[in-house]
Amino acid sequence: MSLTNADVRKVARLARLAMSEAEIETARAQLSGIFDLIAEMQAVDTAGIEPMSHAQDVSQRLREDVITETNQREAFQAIAPQVERGLYLVPQVIE
Amino acid sequence: MLNSSLTKLGASLRAKQISSVELTQLYLDRIARLNPQLNAFITVNPEMSLAQAREADARIAAGKAEALTGIPIAQKDIFCAKGWRTTCGSKMLHNFVSPYDAHLIAQFNKSGAVNLGKTNMDEFAMGSSNETSHYGPVKNPWDISRVPGGSSGGTAAAVAARLCAAATGTDTGGSIRQPAALCGISGLKPTYGVCSRYGMVAFASSLDQAGPMGRNAEDLALLLNTMAGFDERDSTSLQRDKEDYARELNKQVGGDKPLAGLRIGLPKEFFAEGMGSDVAQAVEAAIAEYRKLGATVVDISLPNSRLSVPVYYVLAPAEASSNLSRFDGVRYGYRATEYGDLTEMYEKSRAQGFGAEVKRRIMIGTYVLSHGYYDAYYIQAQKIRRLIAQDFTEAFKQCDIIMGPTSPSTAFKLGEKGDDPVQMYLSDIYTIAVNLAGLPGMSIPCGFGANNMPVGLQIIGNYFAEAQMLNVAHQYQQATDHHDRVPQNIGL
Repeated sequence: MSLTNADVRKVARLARLAMSEAEIETARAQLSGIFDLIAEMQAVDTAGIEPMSHAQDVSQRLREDVITETNQREAFQAIAPQVERGLYLVPQVIE
Repeated sequence: MLNSSLTKLGASLRAKQISSVELTQLYLDRIARLNPQLNAFITVNPEMSLAQAREADARIAAGKAEALTGIPIAQKDIFCAKGWRTTCGSKMLHNFVSPYDAHLIAQFNKSGAVNLGKTNMDEFAMGSSNETSHYGPVKNPWDISRVPGGSSGGTAAAVAARLCAAATGTDTGGSIRQPAALCGISGLKPTYGVCSRYGMVAFASSLDQAGPMGRNAEDLALLLNTMAGFDERDSTSLQRDKEDYARELNKQVGGDKPLAGLRIGLPKEFFAEGMGSDVAQAVEAAIAEYRKLGATVVDISLPNSRLSVPVYYVLAPAEASSNLSRFDGVRYGYRATEYGDLTEMYEKSRAQGFGAEVKRRIMIGTYVLSHGYYDAYYIQAQKIRRLIAQDFTEAFKQCDIIMGPTSPSTAFKLGEKGDDPVQMYLSDIYTIAVNLAGLPGMSIPCGFGANNMPVGLQIIGNYFAEAQMLNVAHQYQQATDHHDRVPQNIGL
């Protein structure tokens, strides 16, 4: 399968990865090779087969609706890139 | 002391022939001496390790020791450990000091084991050679011009070079078994859901499973006894009764045929072209040894196993792209120094914080999950995943255990497969199907191939057959000495 640079640029945008034109070109070549490997899958007849998402067919457990997490705001914010007065700082998003 | 089993080490500690502080210091000294060359550890913290060792000694003195109390165990740097830097091999987490313990770390702490440090790994566990680590590649102790395998390469090298008594790994597509094979040690990936994933940095959640890595099957059983068990904080953790994984090992078996009645299935697809002749020779010699131990051999087929690499390289990147979306430079981890608006902050932080292989997999995952491709890739891969799992179910009607090579070749040279992701992906050809099916798999040393590098024998069991597999490995290790061989130049 051959991807175009425009395809790669679109995926990079969706994945929030900044890429230079040179990186897009390299990525296009490598991803095309990987998709050639993956293409082998397409020929397999899977009519009537249920998709398998987990190894064990167990249903999700429910738990009581009670608070289990303790407040660790200070510990968590100590490792944040930028905080001020207990808030995480990011560039302004609302004018 | 450095070659003693964990059982013997525990006994020496309880008999006060050595203290945990002395033992921990012995390993810390070895790490200080050998790690500059091997790069097996990303973080060591002698102060924290020795504090735990002192607590262990007090506990031993009080007569409250358990099997692992006082034993220095290295932890793959994918496990969050409170107060320890936890990088997952990535620049993204270069300054992440975990505020909490993973379930497994808490289990080890409870048992009184000493955390000896955090081992190097492929970035976010994505790799088969340890070359994608932001902290530099690990060297194989058997030949430092060669890779240790990956992604748990630091752990494998540390165990092989006797830089720790034992260690942990994680296995999403072979990341315990392949480095164990390439470094000549033993490693076990349990049935999916046996070990909690809580606090283990997520790669592909439906495949990720932690497991023990050590010098022999007996040690693995002891480690698994501490690691396994239900944890409500992992939604896929299985609720099962507590097991003693060493129970089969301790059984008295009669005569020289301890495995009489065991039917070993040999998948014809694993013994086809692609496997190196040196690997084939060592694996066949191991099968011959198993016949001597009383086992019989059955030819089986896993017809869909050839599809496991393509299926894996859809499912694992898809899950990874979703899991890794949490790294946005806001709450923790790396943030770019220069950016304009919020989107640019995300894009630059992620571009600079992730390495090339991680970005490649995020891109694959984002693509296969995007509108218009979801059914063709993701759903199709999940359907074939079921076919691959069904092959195993059919095979286990004819045999008790499956054996084959762990890796098609012995350890390759550093840089040898660097530019070609597809070649690297194919080195996991024998291990991936086991993750897709959720089965337990292990690798044990079974001799040496070209350039005198270790070869691994893969043992695949049915669901929850860990105790049986450990015994199958143990009986082989009672009859052979491959697992006792150590590299030269590690100062023993």
